[in-house]
Order: sequence, then structure tokens, then C-alpha cells
Amino acid sequence: MVKVRRFTLTAIVIGATLASTPAYARNPFEFQTPVTPVAQETLHIHNLFLATIALMFAAGMGFLLYAVFRHRKSRGHHAALFTGPRTAAQWVLVTIPFLILVAIDYVVMGIPAYHAVLAMADTKRDATLVVKITGSQWKWRYEYPDEHLAFTSNLATPREQLAGSAPTDPDYLLEVDRPLVLPVGEKVRILLTSTDVIHSWWVPAFGVKQDAIPGFLRETWVRIESPGVYRGQCAELCGVGHAFMPIVVDAKPEPEFRKWLAAAKSDAERTAEESAGHLSLDDLVARGRKAYATSCGACHQENGRGLPGLIPPIAAGEPYTATPELTDKLAQRGFYRDGRIVLGSVDQHIDIVLGGIPGTPMPAFGPQLDDADIAAIVTYERNSFGNHTGEAVQPADVAKARRAPADRDHHAEEFR
Amino acid sequence: MSHVPALHPHTGREPRGLARWLFTTNHKDIGILYMLFGAMSFAIGGVFALLIRAQLFQPGRHVLTPELYDQVITLHGLVMVFAALMPVTAGFANYLIPMMIGAPDMALPRLNNWGFWLLPPAAVLLLFPFALEFFGIGNGPIDTGWTIYAPLSVQAGLGVDFAIFAVFLLGASSLMASINIVVTIFNLRAPGMTMMKLPLFVWSWLMTSFLLIAVFPALVAGAGMLLADRHFGTHFFSAAGGGDPVLWQHLFWFFGHPEVYILLFPTAGVMSHILPTFARKPIYGYRAQIYAYWAITVLSVIVWAHHMFTSGMPVAGQLFFMYATMAISVPLAVLFFCWLGTVWRGSLTFETPMLFALGYVTLFGIGGLTGLVLADAVADQQYHNSYFLVAHFHYALFGGPIMGMIAAGYYWLPKMTGHMYSERVGKWHFWLTLIGFNVTFMPQFFLGIAGMPRRIPDYALQFADLNMVSSIGALIVGAAQLLFLYNIVAAGRGWYAPASSRVWEAAEGLEFTLPSPPPHHSFSEQPVIS
Amino acid sequence: MMLAPLPRAAANRRLAWIVALAAAGSFAFAFALVPLYSTFCDLTGLNGATGIAAPAAMKEAAARWVTVEFTSTVMPGLPWRFEPVQRRVRVHPGEPVTAFYRATNLAPRAIDGQAVMSVMPETAATHLKKAECFCFERQALRSGETRDMPLIFFLTPDLPEDVNTVTLSYAFFPLGSGTH
Repeated sequence: MVKVRRFTLTAIVIGATLASTPAYARNPFEFQTPVTPVAQETLHIHNLFLATIALMFAAGMGFLLYAVFRHRKSRGHHAALFTGPRTAAQWVLVTIPFLILVAIDYVVMGIPAYHAVLAMADTKRDATLVVKITGSQWKWRYEYPDEHLAFTSNLATPREQLAGSAPTDPDYLLEVDRPLVLPVGEKVRILLTSTDVIHSWWVPAFGVKQDAIPGFLRETWVRIESPGVYRGQCAELCGVGHAFMPIVVDAKPEPEFRKWLAAAKSDAERTAEESAGHLSLDDLVARGRKAYATSCGACHQENGRGLPGLIPPIAAGEPYTATPELTDKLAQRGFYRDGRIVLGSVDQHIDIVLGGIPGTPMPAFGPQLDDADIAAIVTYERNSFGNHTGEAVQPADVAKARRAPADRDHHAEEFR
Repeated sequence: MSHVPALHPHTGREPRGLARWLFTTNHKDIGILYMLFGAMSFAIGGVFALLIRAQLFQPGRHVLTPELYDQVITLHGLVMVFAALMPVTAGFANYLIPMMIGAPDMALPRLNNWGFWLLPPAAVLLLFPFALEFFGIGNGPIDTGWTIYAPLSVQAGLGVDFAIFAVFLLGASSLMASINIVVTIFNLRAPGMTMMKLPLFVWSWLMTSFLLIAVFPALVAGAGMLLADRHFGTHFFSAAGGGDPVLWQHLFWFFGHPEVYILLFPTAGVMSHILPTFARKPIYGYRAQIYAYWAITVLSVIVWAHHMFTSGMPVAGQLFFMYATMAISVPLAVLFFCWLGTVWRGSLTFETPMLFALGYVTLFGIGGLTGLVLADAVADQQYHNSYFLVAHFHYALFGGPIMGMIAAGYYWLPKMTGHMYSERVGKWHFWLTLIGFNVTFMPQFFLGIAGMPRRIPDYALQFADLNMVSSIGALIVGAAQLLFLYNIVAAGRGWYAPASSRVWEAAEGLEFTLPSPPPHHSFSEQPVIS
Repeated sequence: MMLAPLPRAAANRRLAWIVALAAAGSFAFAFALVPLYSTFCDLTGLNGATGIAAPAAMKEAAARWVTVEFTSTVMPGLPWRFEPVQRRVRVHPGEPVTAFYRATNLAPRAIDGQAVMSVMPETAATHLKKAECFCFERQALRSGETRDMPLIFFLTPDLPEDVNTVTLSYAFFPLGSGTH
């Protein structure tokens, strides 16, 4: 009686679990719809293995439950005394389950597994496109080396949604400002590395998860067979932003991919030209507001208040208390005095954004933002949050700073 | 043997109070200290778990900041593995092994005391950075995940340094305990207690000790290298200096995989005591189980890289580690088969220890079978670091060792305290734990299959429903453990019937020839085994 | 608290020391894993580890073409621009190849860097032998200096048949300025 109740309750739990299935899985027992050959093979293996262990579990549970129901003292069942197989027939009976298990391991599971491993490893040939993916804390950088095109892909979920003060949109935590765009039907070789800690690039629909290791290269491949937008996330704990560096791949049919590529390259050239040109204060502030939201708001907050004890506020005159390790470095650059933030020189300000402040959480944005964006951010910061300098920083100023940055303390451990 | 010397001439009053517990060299006292410490740590680790599930109850919650969340998940893992499970199993080892082999105490009683008293400082070291943070020093405890991967752990704040020193103390403690257990089992068996007559719990701890000696030093060495990379300018784990972050993973998992068997073996041994008692039938396949322990021990040290399938492993490595991992399923299946064979055609009753033992066999079965699935190097691209993995190891570690420790607790509590617990409360404890556990972790398999990564404080909307179910289950499991607390107190305070020597109708073993509770010095005369 | 001396106390102590010795052996083994792992990587190409060989070791070139692609990563904290001069070359395995990477120090002071090479696929890595590489030593650049750094390598003729593209990558790490 009691055992029947246990069984029923467990069944109800499992049923309730299955009733709430994620929208884009075919059923809750299967991965997201596979769109690459590797993902399809992985799904077949998964189904095969799950079915196999379900059978094994059922067999074992069957015996256990039978014993629990029938071999109980309250039914008057008396205990047998055997402690192992005695006769030859019993030995055969006892050995059979293990032979079956070995066959399951090495034939039923083992042979398909072997083929899948070889298929997955086949990065070596016939790729028509190479993409280099670099993981950083906490964003991905996508590079098409043969096209001289590179851009950073940041989480695009608005700050208000992350803070819980706005309703979430459907792709909460899974949207980016610039997705990786790949062609459908072509074999793409993917090179992976990292600039800081280990990250991992995972797109379930592709069946691909590969670690990005600082200092070393890793390689994998995909051939995407249907156009569409595919989403994934970083799969190796990489610090506090680990949940906030999603992956979005926009797979386009080949002609559209070529069109996108051409447009992206000319956009990049135009941005580079813009960087050489002269922008008005209003243009800079407008652009800076957007760039600030994407790149700075996560830490310094949308209102520029920062995080007490850790992230300094942007506004001059705001109080800021933190460990001497943090405040001393700010003071050295002229941005901190007597417990408050002070607006330091434009040169130092550009330098901080370009090169970060080593030994603090402030990273260098030089590698990932272009001159126009950095100029815009510095301009925006110096004219917002209660700052009113009226200063406009031009992209050319930033370019000059890249070549001969203001004196700062370089340590060997700087990259940590 | 004709002359068996009296073992413990009385030298006066037994010490009492704080001095007794600080300086005791008595194996039962030390066993109880280990168990109490482990139980307290289980409560702390459990609070961390509830905080995690509270944060994950819905998307967008702010119970914990991302930084604090990373600290809580790390501490949850470290505390549960090192401060809860290992000490509790060591506590049972200390309490029971001498009695089970007819020895007066462990071979090295003073070492035993030191081994225990290293643990509270280790736990304090782990958690102390919370206090430091409060006073503005540092950013809190370690937050890298319990796997402490480099280079994240090289960069991380001083919480990692405290964790490293905690690992040094934990390593010393485990090694002292292992040395003591090996020497005790080899040298202190009563006459007639041959190795092949040893109770299976004793065998399981012998193998556990072998594993600890073989692999815990690797973790200690790795932690030392990490400390050096952090503070002494070395480059073990950094490519810049000719090192490699992946080397940490190899060192950690070379320890880490055998560690799961270190966690498992003691409770597997316990099963082989509880099931025969409540089936009223001798244990099935005694020798087979011993061979199985040996096989698992040997295999466990050659499969570590199945935790690293996505780190960029060449084909040969993937195939080797995949097939070697699958091989472990065979000796594990031997253990299951023998447990089934013990229960089959027995005369079963279902007191609380038996309920938890049956739950163990079922839930650890699920944990082990899903491990087989994870062993596939290609499918692991989907499972690795997803909630499928989290579900697998919780079925394996909670469904296994924790349920097993609870079973052992109920089984031997009357022996240790001299009084029974409430059977009714025990049954409620079991059902609520079983149901709550499945409600917590079964959905997580599906979350992983759907694509949810682990170690994230916030998640995409399609994962919301199952996360809510899981969090509700956690609340049930957490609340249910209060019933266990009640029963422990009840037995300790003698609220229910006194327990006989034998306690359970069909219990076998030398410990059940002694009074409940056993006297401070168990045997007045050394037993002789026929 | 007085305990009568246990029987065989000396035997217990001796066995305890033996077991402790085993633990010490495990500890030493863990440290030995560091050079062992490094050697294993060099032998198997794990991690993209390549080998070093003198030019005299080059054998007769194979007839087929293999494409070698070049890529680079500048690690944070190194204020250099660092890129391959050529995106790719086509080579015969066995034939020596010279390739260049161009580095520019953008900082106002001298900065040293250390390059780490990684080659994919791993099956190719053991077959890539470096005769001369700027990754052998730390590289020092004065402020504003640009230098083309050479790499002379060859692919061994027994490179597996199914490999027709090899990717060669450097990550450049900062080493601080001046002497160390």
C-alpha cells in the first residue's frame, strides 16, 4: 500500500515536470532542434542512451519492487539463505546480466559513440569559412580573419530588465547587440581562444560546446543546415558576468550572408572614417549614451552611481569609499580626493577607458571599442550625471592617446 | 588463543566536560565529534542550497548579487563535500570500525584526535572571508565554483587563499584518518577476524583510505601550485610562463573523480549491513563485492578526464576516457546486483533505515545510470556544465551518500544513544525527503536537456517553470531534515523506548553484541571470532 | 587520560609511517605531473604544442599542398599591435617556410612580451617543427618601435593525409618593462 503510494506520487511529480516543457524543444526528453550533422548525431546517441538506461532502470526496479511487495515478512514470506550462486546453472544466470551490460556499454552504446567522436573531430578539412571567437570577461569577440572584419558581441538585454524594474522580453539574457552571422550549408571552422579566463562557447542547436582557453587555440566546426537565429550561453564559470555573455548566431542562406558581409565591412570602414572626422557635442553625447549603456552601465550603473564600496560613481563630488588599493589608484590619476570623486584631466580620463586601471575591476576598452565610441563615452561622462564640462572629445584625440598613452603604472601582472 | 589480556585497567575517573571533548582519544567520542561537526556543516550547506534555490525561484530575482551567488554555490559544494559528507562518514568509521573488528580502539588514538580537530579551523578558514569583507577587507569567500579552475582562481580575491589553506588542513585531516584506518584494519583485528571475514563497511573504508592516500595529495599539491601562481610569480597554470590552465583541471580531477568514490564507498558498505538486517537474510555476494570495490578503486584513477571532454581533447583521449568510464559501470552493477540479491526472497520489514536504504539503491541507481550517459564524449558537449550534470551529481551524491548516511544514522543511532527514535517521524522524514528530492532534481535533468547552463544566478525565460518546481522541492527537502534533527535529539535524550544490544531483530556484527550504548571502552575482554 | 599501551604499538607506528610514506609518494607524483604533462603535450601535440627541430632535420618534401593560416591574439595589458604579415601560405610538407608577424609597441616606454604558439588541429601540431621562432625568447620593443618577427618552420612529410589546413596562432603576453 505504502509502496503504491510512493510510486504514484513519484509518477505525479514526473508528470507535472513534463507538463511544463520549454517552448522550443520538440519534447522535454530531447535537446533543442538540431541544425548541424553533429547535433543530429548527438541527439540520436542521447535518445539511444536514455532509452537504454530507462530499460536498465526498469529491469532493476522491477526486481526490487517485486521483492518489496512479495518478499515481505508481513505477507509471511520466509527468508531464503543463499549468499551466492552454487550450481553451474546459477552461475550462468548470474553472469548473463553482466554480459548484457558489457554488450550495452561497448556495442550498443560504444559503437555509435565511436563514430560520433570521429565525426565531431573532423575539423581538419574542407571548411570554406574560418571564424575566430575570443572570449573575454564578459563578452564574445567575433572575427572573420579573411575579411578583416571583427566586432564585439555584448548582452543587449536592457539594464532595467536585469534590475527587475521593467518586464522582461522573450529573449531575456539571450540577446546581443551584434550576433555572429554565418552562412547556411557551408562548413565553418571555428577557432576559439580567450584573453583572460576559461570561457566556453555553447550553442545547443549546433551540438557544439568548446572551451576558450587563454593563450591557446581550440578548434571546432559547424555546418548549419537551416537558416535561423540560434542562441546559446557561456558554459564555463568565468566570474560574476558568466550568466550575462550570451551567444547569438544568425544563420543566413549563402547569398544573404555575402550581402551581410559586404555591408558589415563597409560599415566598419565608415566607422573608421568617422573616427578620423569631427563630431558635434550633441552627436558625441547621444552616441556616448548608447555606448555607455552597452559597455559601462553594467558596473557604473545607468545612473552613474556605481556600486558602493566597489565601483566608483561618475559624477564629480559624489562620495566614494573603498579599499586603499582602489582609491589610491584613482587618486594617482586625479579622479579622487578627500573621499569624493573629482573630475580629472581629459587625458587621464581617456587613458582610463582605453587602458583600464590594472589591479582593479576596471578593464581596458581600447581593444574592443573604436575611437569614436571611446570619444563619445568620455564626452558623455564629462557632460552627464551632474558633470557639465562642455568638453567634447574627438575620435582623433583617442587615436592619439592610443599611440602615446598618458603615463601609467605597468606591472607584469597587469593582465590578471 | 589461550590468554587474552584484560585491555583497559581503570586508572580513575573518566574526564568530563570540555576537556573530555577537546582531548579525547576514545574512538567513539571522536566518532561523535566528527558526526556532530558533519551534521552542523550539512545544515550550513543546506542553508546555502536554499539560498541558491531562492535566487533561482524565478528569473530576475535579486536574493543574491551575482558575486554573492558565486560565493554561495562554491561554499555549498565545498562544505557539503569536505565539511559534511567526509566527516560524517569518517565519524561512522571511527565509531564502528574498532567495534566491528573487535579492537579496543583505533591504532593511533592521539593521531585520531588531531585528525578531527583540524576540521573546525578548516571550516572557519573557508567562511572567515565573510567576516573580513564585513570589515572592508577583501571581497568575501572563494567564488570560483568548488572546482576552483585556473586562471579564474589565480585572479580571484583572497577568498581563494583561505580556501587553499582550508584544503591543506582538510588534506592533513583526511590523511591522518586514512593512515589510522589502514593500520587499525591491518593490525588490530581480533583473533579469528580474517580479512575475508571483515564486515563490508570495514572493507569499504579500507578501500576509501587507499583512495584518499593515493589522490588527496594531488589536490594539496595543486592547491600549493595555485598559491604559488597567485603570490610567488610562478606560472604553473598560465600560458605566459610556459604553463597551462588545463593542468589545474588534470590535477583537480585526478583527485576529484576518485573523490566521488571516496564519498560513495562508506555508504555502499553501510548498505551491505542494513539490507541483510531488514531482509533477515545474509549478504549476497560478499566476495564479489570486495572484488568490485577493488575494481572500482583501480578504475577510478584512470577516468578523470571525462570531466574535461570540452577542454579540447584529442580523439584518442576522448575514446580512452569514454570507454574506461563505461567500464566502471560493471563493478558498480555488481554492487547493485548483490544488494538486489540480498533483498530477493528475504523476509522484508520497512523500518526507517530500510526505507532510506531502498531509496539509496533507487536514487543512486539513477545517478549512476545518468553517469553512463554523460560518459559519451560527444553527447557530453550538450550535457557538460548544464543542469543535466547538476542533476546527475546530486542524484549520485545526495541520493547516494547523503541518503546512505541518514540510513546509517537511523540504523546505529539506537546503538549509540541507547534509545530508539520515533518510527513515525522517521517515516515522514523518508517520504518527504524522497518526494522533495525528486521534485528538486528530476526537473533539472530536463533543464539541462533544454539548454540551461549551470552556475548562473539568473536565466532565460523558457527555464522558468521547471526552476520554480525545483525550488519548491528544495524547500520540502530542507524542511524534512528538521524531522531528522528531532529524531536525533529524541534518541539522544531518550524520549522513546530503550534499545537492546541487538537493536534490530536480525542485526549481525560485533557492535550488536555490546550494550546500547556501548561502554566507554567497548570490550572488557577481546572477542575471539570463530 | 591514561590508556594501557595497545598490543603491537611499535608495529602500528611502523605501518603508519609506511602508509605516510605512500602518501608522500602521491604528493611527489602530483608535482612530477607538471613536467610529465608538459612532455606529454610535446609528444602528442595536445594543446597545440609543437616541436623544435634544426633545419638539417628536414627531409624530402612531399608533393601535396597544405595551407597554413596565421592568426594572433594580444593579451590584455600588452599595449602592442601584433598581427601576422601574411594571412596564409601554401607549403609542401618537408619544405622550410618563413613567416612574419609584425609587432608595434604603442606605449611610451619599452615593454617586453612573450609569445606562446598554439597550432590546430592537434594531429598536425606534433608535425610542425620550429627551426627559428620569436617565441623562443622574450621580445623587447622600445616605445613606438615596429618589428617584423620571423618564424622559420616546416611540416614533417608524415603529416596525416587528411590534414590540408593548419592554423598557427600566437598569444602575446606582457612581461613588464626593462629588466626583470
